[in-house]
Amino acid sequence: MLHSLVFVLVNGLVYGLLLFLLSSGLTLIFSMMGVLNFAQASFYMLGAYLGYQIMAWTDYWVALFVAPVAVGLLGAAVERYVLSKTHHRGQVAELLLTFGLSYLIVEGVKLVWGVNAVNYGMPPSLNFPIFAINGVSYPAYNVFMMVVSVAIFALLYVLLTKTRIGIIIQAALSDRDMVGMLGHNIPRIFALVFGIGCALAGVAGVVGGNILVTEPSMALSLGPIIFVVVVIGGMGSFGGALVASLLIGLLQNYMTTLNVSLAGLVGVSLGSHAPFRELLNQPLSQLAAIMPYFLMILILAFRPKGLMGKVES
Amino acid sequence: MLEVTDLHAYYGKSHVLQGVNLTVGDNQVVRLLGRNGVGRSTTTKAIMGMVRVAGSVRFKGREISGLPPYEIARCGIGIVPESRNIFPTLTVYENLLIGMKSKNQKGRWSVDATFDLFPNLKERARTAAGVLSGGEQQMLSICRTLMGDPDLVMVDEPTEGLAPQLVEQVGVLLEKIAAQGVAILLVEQKLQIALRISHQVLVMGHGRIVFSGTPKDLLAQESVRREWLEV
Repeated sequence: MLHSLVFVLVNGLVYGLLLFLLSSGLTLIFSMMGVLNFAQASFYMLGAYLGYQIMAWTDYWVALFVAPVAVGLLGAAVERYVLSKTHHRGQVAELLLTFGLSYLIVEGVKLVWGVNAVNYGMPPSLNFPIFAINGVSYPAYNVFMMVVSVAIFALLYVLLTKTRIGIIIQAALSDRDMVGMLGHNIPRIFALVFGIGCALAGVAGVVGGNILVTEPSMALSLGPIIFVVVVIGGMGSFGGALVASLLIGLLQNYMTTLNVSLAGLVGVSLGSHAPFRELLNQPLSQLAAIMPYFLMILILAFRPKGLMGKVES
Repeated sequence: MLEVTDLHAYYGKSHVLQGVNLTVGDNQVVRLLGRNGVGRSTTTKAIMGMVRVAGSVRFKGREISGLPPYEIARCGIGIVPESRNIFPTLTVYENLLIGMKSKNQKGRWSVDATFDLFPNLKERARTAAGVLSGGEQQMLSICRTLMGDPDLVMVDEPTEGLAPQLVEQVGVLLEKIAAQGVAILLVEQKLQIALRISHQVLVMGHGRIVFSGTPKDLLAQESVRREWLEV
């Protein structure tokens, strides 16, 4: 019992931090540029495929560095040469553009790497159990994922609060026109921010792609959930994105271990003709996948600015 | 230094600037007066590249109309907007840092020199700028623009909403700026401050300049004051 609780907790944290890597990029881009980057999960997928490919050519550690940089550069180029042309036309144009881009990336990946999952394995140097409870061992790689996520955030925090460019980015979050009038090149800062946001997704792809299967549908399977995270946490709030990511990660992982049904929870047994019998007899683990969406709807209905957001979404 | 010729600007269908002509010479202090809504702020925004314009804006001999605001700023024009636009979540010190166009910029102004001018700001260097009083925010906004070392600074309604002794402080600061050889285009609604230091007064009405002369000329022209300034 103890080992399953610890594992659920650690797995929830690992998954939550992965969600945060993705949603913080989305949050960074949204809060500064007002762009809802629909292609965020596609950049995540691209990170996983590039990670796989570079690892095949060289090794994992090179991939961990090069793939996110490549994804970030692609993101910056997209902003600089394409997306920036739509900013003056408002959010619908931007959203449609990133929507189209997400499909282009998915189809491009299928053309290059095929429609089936690729064999993206763990680096041998991290493929060992790191601890065991009651004879059940826990993989070191999962702990490594956590370390990478936390390290990236520490890095991002230092970049945004302690460096000159970070302070300029923060200023541009609140008033980009003024930052421009003070002599800072806003289009270049936008490209940088979009690139960093995409690179964060790229990191998530490289570290998450090998334990969550690298395949063309991976963008679609994670895409909606990061928007859920951002809505629950509050649009444009990094703290909110962190809380919501961990909440969803822990909740989903915990629920998948629950075999008890709603009816069982309250201790009633239902006759074969009872209304909602199917629903009430479902084990709660079956409801884990829809839980985040249920939460999102509750948040939108009763607290539209999210847990920690400043603007109504 | 600055020559604006036949400048037109539109907000949607409304023709806000209808052929503005003005010049600001080296080290000159020029005041732009006029009632609310005649286009004074729009003129400064148009010079700064924030509004799409037709016509010519030349600065130090170079045509700058049509350039993006950051390039115009880099040519040596600074603006202190009426709404102050400080960055509320950043500290006073960080606000000043952002005013510098590059990390190692050396110019007429430094953070230390700014703090000498305003010991208040020095005391609150690590405070979020959003909690400063209106007067302190105004000083911060002016100093932030100075950190970029502009050769011409456009100051829009700096005394709006300030207590009388602060208005006097703004006046003193503007004199100090002018003493450093910086040209000033000062937008003011009232004839309140800086009469001592202004070389030229422009009066704006209905999107164009309707009077241009020295402060003395304006005092002598009662009809201009009555028609275009007094409420």
